[in-house]
Amino acid sequence: MARVTLIEAVTMALAWELDHDDRVVVLGEDVGVNGGVFRATAGLQARFGADRVMDTPLAESMIAGMSIGMAAQGMRPVAEIQFMGFIYPTVDQMLNHAGRLRHRTRGRLHVPMVLRAPFGGGIHAPEHHSESTEALFAHMPGVRVVIPSSPGRAYGLLLAAIRDPDPVVFLEPKRIYRLQKQEVEDDGKALPLDTCYILREGDDVTLVTWGAMIFETLRAADELSKEGIRAEVIDLATISPIDMDTILESVEKTGRLVIVHEAARSCGVGAEVAAGVAEKGVWDLQAPIVRVTGYDTVMPLFRLEYEFLPSVARIVAGVKQTFED
Amino acid sequence: MKTVAEFRIQHHQVLDPEGSLVSDLPGFAKDPEELVKMYRLMVLTRTFDTKAINLQRTGKLGTYASCLGHEAAHIGVGAAMRPEDCFAPMYREYGAQFWRGVRMQDVLLYWGGDERGNDFAGPVHDFPWCVPIATQCLHAAGAALAYQLRGEPRCAVTVIGDGGTSQGDFYEAMNLAGARQLPLVLVVVNNKWAISVPIALQTCCETLAQKAVAGGIEGVQVDGNDVIAVRQVMEEALERARSGGGPTLVEAVTYRLSDHTTADDASRYRPKEEVEEAWKTEPLIRIERYLKNAGIWDDAKEQALRAECAADVEAAVREYTETGVQPIEAMFDYLYAELPEALEEQRATALKFAGSGGHH
Repeated sequence: MARVTLIEAVTMALAWELDHDDRVVVLGEDVGVNGGVFRATAGLQARFGADRVMDTPLAESMIAGMSIGMAAQGMRPVAEIQFMGFIYPTVDQMLNHAGRLRHRTRGRLHVPMVLRAPFGGGIHAPEHHSESTEALFAHMPGVRVVIPSSPGRAYGLLLAAIRDPDPVVFLEPKRIYRLQKQEVEDDGKALPLDTCYILREGDDVTLVTWGAMIFETLRAADELSKEGIRAEVIDLATISPIDMDTILESVEKTGRLVIVHEAARSCGVGAEVAAGVAEKGVWDLQAPIVRVTGYDTVMPLFRLEYEFLPSVARIVAGVKQTFED
Repeated sequence: MKTVAEFRIQHHQVLDPEGSLVSDLPGFAKDPEELVKMYRLMVLTRTFDTKAINLQRTGKLGTYASCLGHEAAHIGVGAAMRPEDCFAPMYREYGAQFWRGVRMQDVLLYWGGDERGNDFAGPVHDFPWCVPIATQCLHAAGAALAYQLRGEPRCAVTVIGDGGTSQGDFYEAMNLAGARQLPLVLVVVNNKWAISVPIALQTCCETLAQKAVAGGIEGVQVDGNDVIAVRQVMEEALERARSGGGPTLVEAVTYRLSDHTTADDASRYRPKEEVEEAWKTEPLIRIERYLKNAGIWDDAKEQALRAECAADVEAAVREYTETGVQPIEAMFDYLYAELPEALEEQRATALKFAGSGGHH
């Protein structure tokens, strides 16, 4: 058992799968000799060779499109987009092809590919390096969106994503790439997709979040516990399709729902969670649903980025709002 | 200053518009049966195309993209490929696909609004029709990379139009193919018009073949109305690709004799004289003349062929019109390998309200 960071867990999962499945190919910009700008693919090319871990020309639509072509012809490409700010040229390929090919061909062709990208703010990065736009991909039929929030889940969910017979957009919260170390067994065991993970149990309020915001949310839960409010914290993990059952069950117990995410509020994934609870769990609610999110503004340059990202204080205030008369 | 790089684009033609030989016959063209097979498919494709337009005009087919005038380019491409090669078409290369085993009823099903048309007969690894322009170039490049990595002697072939050469995905695919020397042949069927936009508004390049220079790959121009020349150039490009010699860009120069699709009216933007002029060099005349001059073909055979093609098309149309609508759940059941639980309720709703939507 190794104590690893989230990004080391990503590397471990990639190495495991490269080692155990000849069809797996890691590709992207600077993923080879350089080992990735965040080091997610460090050492992989030296270990598995340049045909398994390949540097591509600098073109994101190409990275997605070639991965679709490879996947449709029997490979298992795991492509890296260097930052989410550069992922948008892939939208055409992911929406028009990756998510559609199985459906269009009645299953004759399918696209077992993973599109990995670091996302989110909080590391004082340059412009276009800090956004959270997971909702764009969550809106695509046929495409899964998965976000890990711990080393263990990064390892298990990435293995599951690579083995999944359909396309997965795997977004890695880079703010917590190296925040904590965890014991992770390098045993090739995948974790289930399409399910939430309950990180902390509580009876008074349900906090739903994902990615790096797990940390602020858990700290907020700690503070609330000092005031006698026991919060249940749920990691959404698979952003699309959403496991509403776990959330509804929790809300049935707590009667209160606060959703926390970094992304801009309007049409964010939080809106979908809120709608799901409004549709099926509204009678369990004792207070209106509260969203604590990034603002519907352009992500500011880094001097103001922590004003944009939900703080522990905002989350605590949001929860308290649900206890007001 | 000194010259550090130069380029040269060659144009290839075997038959001139009158059907006279202007260069040596390639090997396959010395076999009369093979030539007749190609000609037969050209006539069948045109017969099919005419029928498909009629079906659309009479409300029996959705919007349809005609291939009128492209028969030589498409069949030349299809005939040069091996079954194990991978074809990533755009949406009007029926001639190439028919050669590969796709059936006419498959094409009709697709344009008739049924996904089963994309689960066509023919090589199971071929990509379906691709509407977003030039996006399929990257799928072909990815397929070529997969074959290269696995050491399989297979090639990928993709077709785009002149408009497609303005797209980034085309350049990205060509560039990747050059950088990795992929077994890929990119075919640009230059029919002079991208809906209403003439080639002069797409680019100031004298040829589209020279776009290959940007990718550092071979580029060649061929008379796209000359089925023998197209097949020859394609066979050479595929042979080079298969033996590790890298990718090629082939520009097949032809003319779109039809509207862009049945939803278009080209008379609004295209001079009648230009179209009339283009009919003089269309692809069927020259091969028929050549076959007749060579003593391979005659009027009786021609008549028999026309009747046979009409019957084949009618049979395909019958099969198409007799194909029932897919079950409602088909909207859901091919979306993922297994339907996620989150979608089960929507599937149930679709089934419950089956048939309650607007008129078809």
